[in-house]
Amino acid sequence: MARLSVENVALARQVIARYPRPRSALIPLLHIAQEQDGWVSDEAMEHIAELLGLTPAEVLGTCSFYEMFKREPVGRFVVNVCTSISCHLLGAEDLLEQCARAIGVKPGATTPDGLFTLQHVECIAACTEAPCLQVNYRYFTNLTGDAVERLVDDLRAGRLAAEVPDHGTLTRIRQQVPPDRWAGAGAVGLPPPPGGPREGIGSVG
Amino acid sequence: MAARPGDNGGATPAIVTGRFGHDDAHTLDRYLATGGYEGLRAALGRRPQEVADAVKEAALLGRGGAGFPAGVKWGFCPEGVFPRYLVINGDESEPGTHKDRPLMERDPHQLIEGTLIAAYAVQVAQAFIYVRGEMALAQERVAAALNEAYAAGWAGRDIAGSGFSVDVVLHWGAGAYIVGEETALLESLEGRRGYPRLKPPFFPAVKGLYLQPTVVNNVETVSNLPWIMRNGAAAFSALGSEKATGTRMFALSGHVTRPGVYEVENGVTTFRDLIYGERYGGGIRADGELKAFVPGGASAPWFFPEHLDLPLDQTAVGPAGSMLGSGAVIVMDETTDAVRACHSLVRFFSHETCGKCTPCREGTTWMTKVLERILGGGGRPEDIDLLLDIGDNISPGPYPRAGGGSLGAEPVPFPPRQTTICPLGPSAVAPIVSVVHRFRDEFDAYIARAATPVEIRPVGVGAR
Repeated sequence: MARLSVENVALARQVIARYPRPRSALIPLLHIAQEQDGWVSDEAMEHIAELLGLTPAEVLGTCSFYEMFKREPVGRFVVNVCTSISCHLLGAEDLLEQCARAIGVKPGATTPDGLFTLQHVECIAACTEAPCLQVNYRYFTNLTGDAVERLVDDLRAGRLAAEVPDHGTLTRIRQQVPPDRWAGAGAVGLPPPPGGPREGIGSVG
Repeated sequence: MAARPGDNGGATPAIVTGRFGHDDAHTLDRYLATGGYEGLRAALGRRPQEVADAVKEAALLGRGGAGFPAGVKWGFCPEGVFPRYLVINGDESEPGTHKDRPLMERDPHQLIEGTLIAAYAVQVAQAFIYVRGEMALAQERVAAALNEAYAAGWAGRDIAGSGFSVDVVLHWGAGAYIVGEETALLESLEGRRGYPRLKPPFFPAVKGLYLQPTVVNNVETVSNLPWIMRNGAAAFSALGSEKATGTRMFALSGHVTRPGVYEVENGVTTFRDLIYGERYGGGIRADGELKAFVPGGASAPWFFPEHLDLPLDQTAVGPAGSMLGSGAVIVMDETTDAVRACHSLVRFFSHETCGKCTPCREGTTWMTKVLERILGGGGRPEDIDLLLDIGDNISPGPYPRAGGGSLGAEPVPFPPRQTTICPLGPSAVAPIVSVVHRFRDEFDAYIARAATPVEIRPVGVGAR
């Protein structure tokens, strides 16, 4: 896939400007890349490295740590079934099997038409509404009976387009700060953060 | 039927969930119509130190898991060292825990107001709200609320005409439980892998974000601040017990009639009230028997029916061998297979280990594999001791647990020791010790029928 589009570079620069140090914008920029392409390509990571003054390896090093970043194409709908303790107690494994049958692939796989990727994931913080799953990080909870079959049908038929954007689009509302409202670094009248290399931390690991 | 988050039946003052009854509680209009930003205005009319002193007087304990007094934590920033930063931890991911997400989704302005009050008290240069990546709606709600707050003059430059200025930036995570640990959170916010830092020297208050003094507070913790500023520290500390003041949110999940997120009076409410009370859990589903419960999230050693009358107060729960942690009570009835439940918990930690410390990286993986061998019908009699031995390499010595089981009659108080940088690895030992201690016969039964393999689902770890 591709480097970031002109619009996304402009967006990236806005995001970078909000942090005292550019590298702090790395995870938000990777999300922007994933929103653009549905996954994070090598080209996008190289472009992000250029924007932040990092090496591509540094970008990959961070990207590969975080489970949400997909470094190969996935389905338009990523279905994440929680199997952690509260969901386990209320039938998460049955729910996962039901999903696998409804979607037609095993956990970890993508359907040949590229519509669905099925995964089992750890706790998604909907424990009091177990068993539950997310589609592209939107919640579907208290899933009993044939709720999963109906959900998969609705997704397939495009009936949930308003609720569930394509994989990669995490948030449809972004923080926007009018320039005259932005306080700027050292807002309380204090000196800006010191620059230079970050001492000490590297020796810890 | 799941209870509505925050539904406490009017039993106690709803400090943080008071607006949950309004469907538009996330909007600025509703927030301002219900006392919103009055706490910030009150705070800005006082000196920063006075605000910090009020929070100290309220004895507000951190709601993230460690339970340290918030006002005292603020005071650890060395005097005269600037810039300082504030980071709000919204990376809720401890299994069983489901309370920061409703606060972010349903009352984001309360979170922002609390953030601004803390930012003023600590005199930070900038504040960040780190929201877990998987919570798309929470990110949208916090972003929309921040946009409203900036436009209306409640955030950014010259807040409410007070002369105080501070920016609040919404930051997204990307899927890693370990980033809920405060030093890993800072690494992540610096654009790095979420590896915890060694303490000392990297105590956030001294060497935090960009090695500057940094306060890291949980979402629920700061969501209490507007109420404290509006109603006074005395009104807050009048609620709850002497050590555990105010109210606290508990996520009640598992085999109860009414699972839900409940705000209850801190320190005086008991586990029995929460699990069996008509206002709360309403008892075990289908009139079943309680087998065990986890009092404070996946990392907490298990409790049993004899612990039901303990109050929700760490000073009572700790000596009894466990922790209140992140306010997650997970209930298991008599139909629960303790070995399978143990496997679900340990697999979680092996999935989420960051890999920095060897005892945790290898140990959690080995324990998961041994448990899968036992569940899969290949268990050996020595496997129980092997599990305990691996656990001892992550957390040496007697491990916290309730009394009265196969490992000894006396409880071992919380917390566990650790050979690792952070508490993730030691947490994985909790379910093992709990189940061996109390339900050793279930392990024995699996091992005895080793010739009859049992299917385990889902298979393995790390399918990403």
